[in-house]
Amino acid sequence: MKDFDLVIIGGGPAGMAAALAAQEQGVRDLLILDREPQLGGILEQCIHNGFGLHRFQEELTGPEYAARFASRVEQEKIPYRLDTMVLDLSVCPDGGKIVTAVSPSEGYRKIRARAVVLAMGCRERPRGALNIAGTRPAGIYTAGAAQKFVNMKGMLPGKRAVILGSGDIGLIMARRMTLEGAKVEAVCELMPYSGGLTRNIVQCLEDFGIPLLLSHTVVNIRGRERLTGVTIAAVGPDRKPIPGTERDIPCDTLLLSVGLIPENELSKSAGVQLDPVTGGAVVDECRQTSVPGVFACGNVLHVHDLVDFVSEEAEIAGKQAAAYLQKGGMDGETFPVSAGEGVRYVVPQRIRRGAEPFSLYFRVRDVAKNARIVVECNGKQIASRKKRRAAPGEMENFPLTAAQLAGVDGPVTVRLEKEGE
Amino acid sequence: MEKRNLTCIVCPMGCALEVTLEGGKVLSVTGNTCPRGEQYAREECTHPTRVLTTTVRVEGGERPVVPVKTAAPIPKERLFDAMEEARSLSVRAPVRIGEIIKEDLCGTGIPLKAAADIGKGRNI
Repeated sequence: MKDFDLVIIGGGPAGMAAALAAQEQGVRDLLILDREPQLGGILEQCIHNGFGLHRFQEELTGPEYAARFASRVEQEKIPYRLDTMVLDLSVCPDGGKIVTAVSPSEGYRKIRARAVVLAMGCRERPRGALNIAGTRPAGIYTAGAAQKFVNMKGMLPGKRAVILGSGDIGLIMARRMTLEGAKVEAVCELMPYSGGLTRNIVQCLEDFGIPLLLSHTVVNIRGRERLTGVTIAAVGPDRKPIPGTERDIPCDTLLLSVGLIPENELSKSAGVQLDPVTGGAVVDECRQTSVPGVFACGNVLHVHDLVDFVSEEAEIAGKQAAAYLQKGGMDGETFPVSAGEGVRYVVPQRIRRGAEPFSLYFRVRDVAKNARIVVECNGKQIASRKKRRAAPGEMENFPLTAAQLAGVDGPVTVRLEKEGE
Repeated sequence: MEKRNLTCIVCPMGCALEVTLEGGKVLSVTGNTCPRGEQYAREECTHPTRVLTTTVRVEGGERPVVPVKTAAPIPKERLFDAMEEARSLSVRAPVRIGEIIKEDLCGTGIPLKAAADIGKGRNI
């Protein structure tokens, strides 16, 4: 069995940034594992632009953003293995981690690591999780699967499409399919608001006259071999279809953009505690999970909307994994961080006493205007900030200063307050 | 006089803009909460532009297509013509990131550039 100080599972934006940060802190014996034939993760299929505005003040395409990190991984000669699928992660009684992986070139192998960074990303919610009635014909894909077909394999999955869900990938695929000559009949969104970024609604739908049907869902799927059409219906405030509003739309393709789920099978097998709201690990501000020496970052921790923040978070995980290796552990009492009124979740879920400055990442429950974000500890306000507009689809980033963190001596809550209250 | 309603995309505020036009000229912009909103509305109503991202066929590469983008925004009304031209193009592997695939895409005067490296090899 081969031994490494640090193994990073996943070679996407999170894994590459974590590896580079750990290397910068002096970790030399590290390895990145990825199941795809190239580094870059999902960015490789995200050929649209808009990546990197915060980090590079430029609008890059996904592959360009990935290449900035991949070329540094090459330059720094950080070892990586591609086409390598990690099957299991377990923790030995002495605290060592065993990574079991398989690849066509090296077969089945076990690797021992002193520390591990989880950077496996997320996957899309499939049809099976939606319980849509109807037949099971060909032509139903997740938006990301269709994106891979079009952008990496050069194949168009259909000519006439309906998209269920207005997440960003669905919106991006509405434009991509239209540019490639397909007709996108409609984008149906169950909620009364879109889960996607405003710029995507404008530039992917409005630019091409594609209708966005809010409070609508697909209630039936038709077709034997190939999809021939779907039935859509309006939904009420209870999100249940309203009888009498059904409408048939003939189509050969249905794309699903109905949510992303952090891919935590390996985390579970290692005994990492998960947060039921984010679907990712419970971490402290160093991004260390409940298992000492196991860190998590990027979409496997919580689904991000902007890759810039994935990179930022992964750098924390990589740097702290290095500190863990150098110090042989992390000490200090930690306090829970919880989501208060109007807030759906907060990452990290724990703060160490005497923590270095860091940012709280969180999402609000509903669209809010003219609100105030309040961070409290033991019922005492330690920080607050005005927020003109907040939406569940846009992650909030609240930096805490050393002075504000000095006041943390117990459980912390983040809540949203309507202005004037 | 003509009125147009836009959603500003400069920042996440998403202000609802109302533009008053006369003979293709912008008379006034309302609904914006900052000067960037007015500039966006003026550009959007007089000469809207977009960066086009798509793929171009690759011969003998490890992948069958390479992602490409226009080096600068092109007029919005030329997007479909530009797509048609991009579909007719093909390059031989290896392709380097930043390499110019077509000097002047569709008469816009703007080059089309590769957005990824595609090595030589069999499709994977």
